[in-house]
Amino acid sequence: MSGSRYDCIVIGAGHNGLTCAAYLARSGRRVLVLEAAEQAGGAAGTREFAPGFRASSCAHLLHLMPGWLLEELRLARHGLKMAAERMPTIALSGTTALRIPMDRDPAVQNLAATDAQAFREYTARMRRLAAALRPLLETVPPRLGSRAWRDRLTLLGLGAKLRLLGRADLRELLRIAGMCVHDLLDEHFESPLLKGALAFDAVLGTNLGPRSPGSVFTLLYRLAAGGEAAASLAQPDGGLGALTEALAQAAASAGAELRFSAAVARVIVTDDSAAGVVLESGERLEAGCVVSSADPRTTFLRLLGAEHLDAGFVRRVAHLRTMGMTAKLHLALERMPQFTALADAAPEGRLVLAPSLAAVERAFNDAKYGKFSAAPLLEVLVPTTVDPGLAPPGRHVLSAVVQYAPYRIAGGWEGQREQFLDTILQTLEAHAPGLRDSVRAAELLTPQDIETQFRISGGNWHHVELALDQFFMVRPLAGAAQYRAPVRGLFLCGAGCHPGGGVMGVAGRNAARQILAQAA
Amino acid sequence: MFRASKRAGRGQDGRGRPDAIVVGAGHNGLVAACFLARAGLEVQVLERNAYIGGAAVSRRLYDGFTYSNCSYVCSLLRTEIIRALDLPAHGLQIIPYEGGCTLMRNGGHLALYDNHDALRREIARHSQRDAEAYDRFARDMLRHCRFIKPLLLRAPPDPTSFKPADLRELLYLGRHFGGLGEAQMYETLRFWMLSCADMLDEYFESEIVKGHLAGSSIIGTALGPRSPGSAYVLLHHYMGSIDGTVGAWGFARGGMGAITQALAAALMASGGSIRCDAPVERILTRNGRAMGVVLEGGEEIPAKLVVSNMDVRRTFLKAVDPAELPEEFVRRVRQFKIRGSSGKLNIALDGLPRFPAIPAGSPCMRGDLHVTDSIEMLERAYDDWKEGRWSQRPYLDILIPTQIDPTMAPVGKHYMSVFVQYCPCALADGPWTDEKRASFGRTVIDSIAEHSPGFRDLILHAEIRTPADIEREVGLTEGNIFQGELTFDQLLFNRPIPGYAQYRSPIRGLYLCGSSTHPGGGVMGAPGANAARTILGDLRR
Repeated sequence: MSGSRYDCIVIGAGHNGLTCAAYLARSGRRVLVLEAAEQAGGAAGTREFAPGFRASSCAHLLHLMPGWLLEELRLARHGLKMAAERMPTIALSGTTALRIPMDRDPAVQNLAATDAQAFREYTARMRRLAAALRPLLETVPPRLGSRAWRDRLTLLGLGAKLRLLGRADLRELLRIAGMCVHDLLDEHFESPLLKGALAFDAVLGTNLGPRSPGSVFTLLYRLAAGGEAAASLAQPDGGLGALTEALAQAAASAGAELRFSAAVARVIVTDDSAAGVVLESGERLEAGCVVSSADPRTTFLRLLGAEHLDAGFVRRVAHLRTMGMTAKLHLALERMPQFTALADAAPEGRLVLAPSLAAVERAFNDAKYGKFSAAPLLEVLVPTTVDPGLAPPGRHVLSAVVQYAPYRIAGGWEGQREQFLDTILQTLEAHAPGLRDSVRAAELLTPQDIETQFRISGGNWHHVELALDQFFMVRPLAGAAQYRAPVRGLFLCGAGCHPGGGVMGVAGRNAARQILAQAA
Repeated sequence: MFRASKRAGRGQDGRGRPDAIVVGAGHNGLVAACFLARAGLEVQVLERNAYIGGAAVSRRLYDGFTYSNCSYVCSLLRTEIIRALDLPAHGLQIIPYEGGCTLMRNGGHLALYDNHDALRREIARHSQRDAEAYDRFARDMLRHCRFIKPLLLRAPPDPTSFKPADLRELLYLGRHFGGLGEAQMYETLRFWMLSCADMLDEYFESEIVKGHLAGSSIIGTALGPRSPGSAYVLLHHYMGSIDGTVGAWGFARGGMGAITQALAAALMASGGSIRCDAPVERILTRNGRAMGVVLEGGEEIPAKLVVSNMDVRRTFLKAVDPAELPEEFVRRVRQFKIRGSSGKLNIALDGLPRFPAIPAGSPCMRGDLHVTDSIEMLERAYDDWKEGRWSQRPYLDILIPTQIDPTMAPVGKHYMSVFVQYCPCALADGPWTDEKRASFGRTVIDSIAEHSPGFRDLILHAEIRTPADIEREVGLTEGNIFQGELTFDQLLFNRPIPGYAQYRSPIRGLYLCGSSTHPGGGVMGAPGANAARTILGDLRR
């Protein structure tokens, strides 16, 4: 490919960068992975947030990465163990708890007979629709109006798969795909708590409320992404860092070279194609192609530079919606938190604190006007229940994803971080009395912290907001939706690409395929 | 104004069973009736009110004044229909008006002119950058309109069907879409999913410019400017065209009733008849076939075909015996979203109100006056609706047609139409009462008075209409002006019910022709015309 030492330089050792590197190395490419931080992981890592207390730094559950990917990269062999699998979701509100198991035919406790039945039917149908969408997530988006047989076949194939759904399901899919989750759930259920919990899954990590059209799509996406695996929420032993460690192992053992504390300053462009990178240290590294797992805005405007792109494209990049809406909380606890609704039993599952549709919508209202939710919604995990190693003996860790925390907040996050932390602790205290004074240390990561610490501009874990207008053939934007940048030799492999973020790895693998296809 | 309907009254003596009964003399019902009658069918239109027009009416509710008391501008009425039915010959005069003005709370304003340079200068007053962006915006919107316009007068295909007709139509759609070229295809895909706020952010920086444009994205809709899909609603209003000029608006001389009066006249001319005070209670069906209708009071009118101008919920949940319909279908009809979100004030004024923001004699006064500051204000107005209250600071679309059309008020006096977004059909704190209606009216009048000193003193009479009132009087479920939300799940082949988007119903001989069907609401007439085409096609088989 080129005279330089490397065929490919991969920017960023997050799960997508490492996945891409692993696939490239496996097929004989000389790969160098450059990571700014001291260790691999990016937003899917494990960090010590207080002496002796460790937690998954951003994502804290593994449920989107397809089983076949784990298999292909033999991550188990590279040391990936699960501390818990098929974790149930437990919706909490005051003294009531709805336990939603991850079964094919879930029987939810404490639910009216009608709702219980409705939920079975709803789950069955949503799973069928999700299954039909899965191939869409795993394919490289085709180009429209292109004469290439590959693009046409892909489109035909996807069309055919949808047709196979059968008339009733296809009609339902076409009806609900662009609908708002509020209406969908109202069509099926009575229980406010059940509706709240399901709506929470739809809006988690997005810039949508339950009444925003398109929120059913984000829910389907969540279901489709992991397929049967998606049903199984898993917690890697040692936190998400264990996953990226395994990925790093997989890449290394396939021959990829990894360098840490090596922040890339810019991409070298010689005669209109990417030829390597310059590190912040000033060191030049040359390669046949450059693959960036950084978000599109960083990649195009900071690393590449607008001067190499045409004005229309740059405008589009500037207009990408990339603002995070979600914060991450880590608590070091003296003792196991006692949740009233769980009758003080240990929380072996994923706790969702989103009491009703109205509550979710109101939490969103605040965010719309640049305020953090006065009554935030939480996805709470006590990882130490199944993985005691994360804390000193007898102590515990609480890890929570908090919605909504807008990236741009009126008055700025400085000073308000404490208020927000206090608000969240109040919410937790209400559900688990006594939790508050068992807190030994707390860490709250706002989208701005996520931006600075993980170098994701906007601090959105999808890099580019996941919405219908930024999906598939227009993700991250038209002209770069096939993992190829408009500049020859530069590729994207991050969450900003199709199919998007969450710890999935498919973007990295698809990008690798494109690069290999290119070379071939 | 009742002339036409009186003349119509005689039609009922016409002996013999009609070929087709059209339930409801709204604009779509009349358009459908006209096309059926012109094809030689004997058509009987039945209207439950004492007057025709549905939501396109001119009413004399205060002496000397004529109110367009529901719909208030003519913009979407398809030119193809105006020409095909030769409406001008039947008395329809559409008076274009130019410009408008958006009034801000802080006394500032954004004036709108048809003159492109004047408009650019005005926008530049707020932001030079936006003035430049506006050309790009207008061009792109025009492109999207051009894409959608040909689809308005076609019945959408059923994407799940293998019938030749559906496949042919799908192929047409594919070609039509493909014709855009790659770059534009992506743009179009994105556009349909965008929220109005996000779309405008891609062009403009000035709050007032965005706030002004966003107004059209919420009219009649239970969405906020930040809801994905609201960009389409904006387009839906942009599609308005008079004699082919996209985006232009006009008054029907004599009020919106003039449109339905002209349609009625056209119907008479082709031998159809209209009967007022004839409320249909039930649509008769026998083993899956429409047999005619029964009026309140028991009179039966048999007919081979029944065409319902009523919305889909009213048609199938009130007028048809559910036992005659598939369970699944009934469930879908119940799920069809028809949400009242708009109110209306019709005000008789003793003189022309003064708006200090608008320079004296400016043409803007004759156009739409909007009251809004920013997208945030619109979004907050929407939040009120979600909570079951009318907006404390509502979005207003104000028109004073009497400046152009003197026929609507006595000399020197003026009629003001005020469209209000948002106003819920059902309030969180119990049903509407006269007190609540009055205080809703005060909220609106106060926000007008903020911009027009002494406005209250000019008021001679005000008709305050909540969605509940509109439902009671016009028969629109929840008073929704579009007979159903214009969201993805209720557009094209999903409108009104997946699998029944082609104006037919599970009951043979029963058709829909109202705004519940593609392409939706606004005084457009397209649903009526499309329904008629479908019916005539079925008859030929």
